Amino acid sequence: MTDRILVNITVNGMVYERWIEPRLHLGDFLREELGLKGTHLGCEHGVCGACTVVVDDEIVRSCLTLAVQADGAMVETIEGKSESGAIRDLQDAFLERNALQCGFCTAGLLLTADALLQAEPEADRARIREHISGNYCRCTGYHAVVDAIEAVGECRRAGARGAQP
Amino acid sequence: MKAPPFAYRRVDSVAAAAALLREHGDEARLIAGGQTLLATLGMRLSEPSLLIDIRGIAEMQGIAVADGHLRIGALARHVDVERSALVARHLPLLSLAAPHIAHAAIRNRGTFGGSIAFADPAAEWPACTVAADGALTLSDGTRSRTVAAADFFLGLYQTALRPDELITAVQFPLPGPQRRFAFTELARRHGDYATVGLALAGDVTDGRLDDPRIVYFGVGGTPVRARAAEAALAAGRAEPAALDRAVAELGGELAPAGDLYAAAATKLHLAGVLLRRGIQSLMAEDAQS
Ligand SMILES: Cc1cc2nc3c(=O)[nH]c(=O)nc-3n(C[C@H](O)[C@H](O)[C@H](O)COP(=O)(O)OP(=O)(O)OC[C@H]3O[C@@H](n4cnc5c(N)ncnc54)[C@H](O)[C@@H]3O)c2cc1C
Ligand code: FES
Ligand code: FES
Repeated sequence: MTDRILVNITVNGMVYERWIEPRLHLGDFLREELGLKGTHLGCEHGVCGACTVVVDDEIVRSCLTLAVQADGAMVETIEGKSESGAIRDLQDAFLERNALQCGFCTAGLLLTADALLQAEPEADRARIREHISGNYCRCTGYHAVVDAIEAVGECRRAGARGAQP
Repeated sequence: MKAPPFAYRRVDSVAAAAALLREHGDEARLIAGGQTLLATLGMRLSEPSLLIDIRGIAEMQGIAVADGHLRIGALARHVDVERSALVARHLPLLSLAAPHIAHAAIRNRGTFGGSIAFADPAAEWPACTVAADGALTLSDGTRSRTVAAADFFLGLYQTALRPDELITAVQFPLPGPQRRFAFTELARRHGDYATVGLALAGDVTDGRLDDPRIVYFGVGGTPVRARAAEAALAAGRAEPAALDRAVAELGGELAPAGDLYAAAATKLHLAGVLLRRGIQSLMAEDAQS
């Protein structure tokens, strides 16, 4: 009745084929099946944002996505985003500005921030706060997080202006 | 907090989904965006033995304008509505409301139809759909029927949906040129369910307000239309005295339940605050245009 299903999921550019139980959510798939422990699981009901990953270029809650629903999808996790250097500027800014302490929320916050800056490079502080409102951080008080994201937004905008077409 | 075991089937037509619902009865659940369902399964609030994934059903997708209506497919995601130029042009009420629904990562998966089917009394889409005169298309795969949004929400989490029916789309009549909308809500944190919220529509001509629709959410088991408050404001200039009368009427129309964070009296007071804000923004918009 709860037979395993064969899925084919591309994670950080690598294709994985696995037989999995339908009830397995994407967060557990990444952590337990693939050993990618950078994606954290906090509440497992959609509230804390620690499990945020990118599926087909959009951030989602990996705890509210079944792995079987991600069959055929392209998933990116904090590991892939780090290794490719895509969010190096955000990671550096989080360190510099003390925007992470225990680090539990950090992977989710970085991916959430990156999604905002890609869609709205000009996002102001109010917009940044609104956008990260779905990510709990128990350590930083958010001010430093907003500082870091704002600083990277400014840098990316300056870079875009300076870049040659 | 892991979900209990279940089987999973993906379907590509309304008929196939409805047939599985008939075959498995209460044991089966539809899953659209899963943003409510998977959370409730994790908390073991229900233990279905089969999930029917409807996300691939083509006839339930898309946002389009045709025959004097804006049609939103039930599987349009919150973010699709949020970003839709058609929605912004024809029914800005929905564009105003969308950013208040949960958080970006959830809006990327949750669907318009899923929110309406779930009928959370504090959710934005049900109230907006009532305020904008929406009508739902319900289908069991062979027969479809149309139910006005105002008749769809029957009670707390109760709707007119039959056990083997799906919401396939929501149709909105295109508003006339004088129709204005306002949306406002109070939540403890941006993206949380509203403590009290208000979806507002009205014809505004030269500072005159006609045919207002005042629909609250978070104050009862369903979206609540405040008809006496509407009457106090209808065919008038929404001057302070009329607004005071409308706010006073709310006491007889809304019966919010107190919760952990706000007492019933507080919610009633906030409903009045929102009405003043909403009407102000409705009338101000007219002054600008
Ligand atoms: C942390 C968090 C915060 C949230 N905050 C808000 C908020 O502020 N406002 C808000 O409105 N929502 C909020 N939500 C809920 C979210 O918006 C959901 O996406 C939405 O309510 C359900 O849509 P879905 O497509 O995800 O439905 P699913 O979870 O897939 O399904 C929900 C229910 O509807 C049924 N269903 C789904 N589609 C159909 C259909 N077409 N026909 C018939 N039945 C159907 C399913 O069987 C199920 O019973 C929040 C969710 C989370 C996790
Ligand atoms: S673990 Fe997914 S949102 Fe908390
Ligand atoms: S750094 Fe500890 S939870 Fe955010």
